[in-house]
Amino acid sequence: MLCQECGVKPATLHFTKIVSGEKTEFHICESCAREKGELIPGTAGGFSIHSLLSGLLDLEGAGKEKSAATKNVQGLHCENCGMTYSQFSKLGRFGCSSCYKYFDSTLDPLFRRVHGSTAHVGKLPKRAGAQIMCKRQIDELKHELQESIMHEEFETAAELRDRIRKLEKEMAQE
Amino acid sequence: MSSLRFTEQALSDWMRCGGSHSEIVISSRMRIARNLEHLPFPLLASAEQAEEALEQLAPVFQGEATESFGTFELLRLDELTELDKKVLVEKHLISPNLANDSRGGAVILNEDESVSIMINEEDHLRIQCLFPGLQVKEAWNRATAIDDIFEASVNYAFDDRRGYLTSCPTNVGTGLRASVMLHLPALVMTHQINRILSAVNQVGLTVRGIYGEGSEAVGNIFQISNQITLGQTENEIIENLHSVVTQIIEHERNARERLLTDSALRITDRIKRSYGIMAYAAVMELKESAQRLSDLRLGVDLGILEGPSISVLNELNVKTQPGFLQKLFGDELSATERDMYRAKLLRETLGSQH
Repeated sequence: MLCQECGVKPATLHFTKIVSGEKTEFHICESCAREKGELIPGTAGGFSIHSLLSGLLDLEGAGKEKSAATKNVQGLHCENCGMTYSQFSKLGRFGCSSCYKYFDSTLDPLFRRVHGSTAHVGKLPKRAGAQIMCKRQIDELKHELQESIMHEEFETAAELRDRIRKLEKEMAQE
Repeated sequence: MSSLRFTEQALSDWMRCGGSHSEIVISSRMRIARNLEHLPFPLLASAEQAEEALEQLAPVFQGEATESFGTFELLRLDELTELDKKVLVEKHLISPNLANDSRGGAVILNEDESVSIMINEEDHLRIQCLFPGLQVKEAWNRATAIDDIFEASVNYAFDDRRGYLTSCPTNVGTGLRASVMLHLPALVMTHQINRILSAVNQVGLTVRGIYGEGSEAVGNIFQISNQITLGQTENEIIENLHSVVTQIIEHERNARERLLTDSALRITDRIKRSYGIMAYAAVMELKESAQRLSDLRLGVDLGILEGPSISVLNELNVKTQPGFLQKLFGDELSATERDMYRAKLLRETLGSQH
């Protein structure tokens, strides 16, 4: 998609503005946004990264008629810190780590937009991570197991099955 | 070690040696965001809860495990003057956010100021490591080692699927913001900068001014950092940044060479004019001094000027900031007086005493 302002560069910033139910979308490139000034996070226009994020969160309910599902989302709240979904979408920030659990149903689309991905693949904490590391390994082995069965490599499959069992046993003991 | 040094010396010790590619790369920085399990994030924490986070985190970096990183000192933000906070921000040792509105905010600094650990910023814990020149991997190695020390004694908010949980959805996963500060005057002069910066945006990286989110790129200094924190490993993030930065360095180098071959007279005149103005001017605004210091830095690299050294230029970049000028010449300076003292400082450092 090309920038609406200059029509030359690809649009890298996408905004949706909703004013009393009226939805306007605009797509512009970084340099035009910079020229306009008002659209860049943190400048005098006050378009902070958090308000940008809350724009993303609002997209869920951007349709003219709010579906039942949307209403359910608006009713969500975190039972640990008390933050409601609408507060979260206004602030663009979580109140505590449990918010991730209570708002989970809404997070995949958000993370896909922000990061292009929904799951962590990086560093694991050493202590709490031992179990997770084990689980990741088991998942990987299971995947390999499926493949070897598909390719009718039954000896490898049997070997993999034993390794999975051993790991699962270790996990249960911890 | 006295805490005074953090706010009285303009140049952190880690900045004194240049690091690789120091003619273009000013510094490499890693920032890791972490939170404690069971406590609400600083945004919602009560004064007692903020204090509790501080009590859990502060002792970790006064133990023996940290000795290999040097001596550390903790500064509580509520015990600092407004001016000292401003100076710490200007030296990149704390964020404007921690300085302005943190509750129970504190920072742990090591002697050479290459490690800065912020407590109760947007997240409970923000580990920051700064290295001179292009040293992203070295900076990451140190940051992750410090992370391991904390993790050995406190429980982090971590989720199997989402990774390290952070207050802002833009940091979740690795919690890692890796950034490199670049001086790109030739790309700006040859009008290639916008093309390059928009290309940078397309590969998951972002460009900021030197004081972080929302700040302006003054003095041709740009900060390039990763945008994505979820779904990539730390290594991928660092490799990606490193390879893009290496390409930008190459472009900047080519542009500098072209400036010398195509417009040597014009560029020499511009740089020498800047030197002359700084050596004699009576009033100097921040924006102008940043631009002219950028000219000098370029002049030294191109061999048009013999001095000052990069280390002196780095020092002037910090000393010409409003907070530091007040530190040097008095608390209650008006804007006009600041411009006057900035000019005085530049005159005294760069030669003429008139």
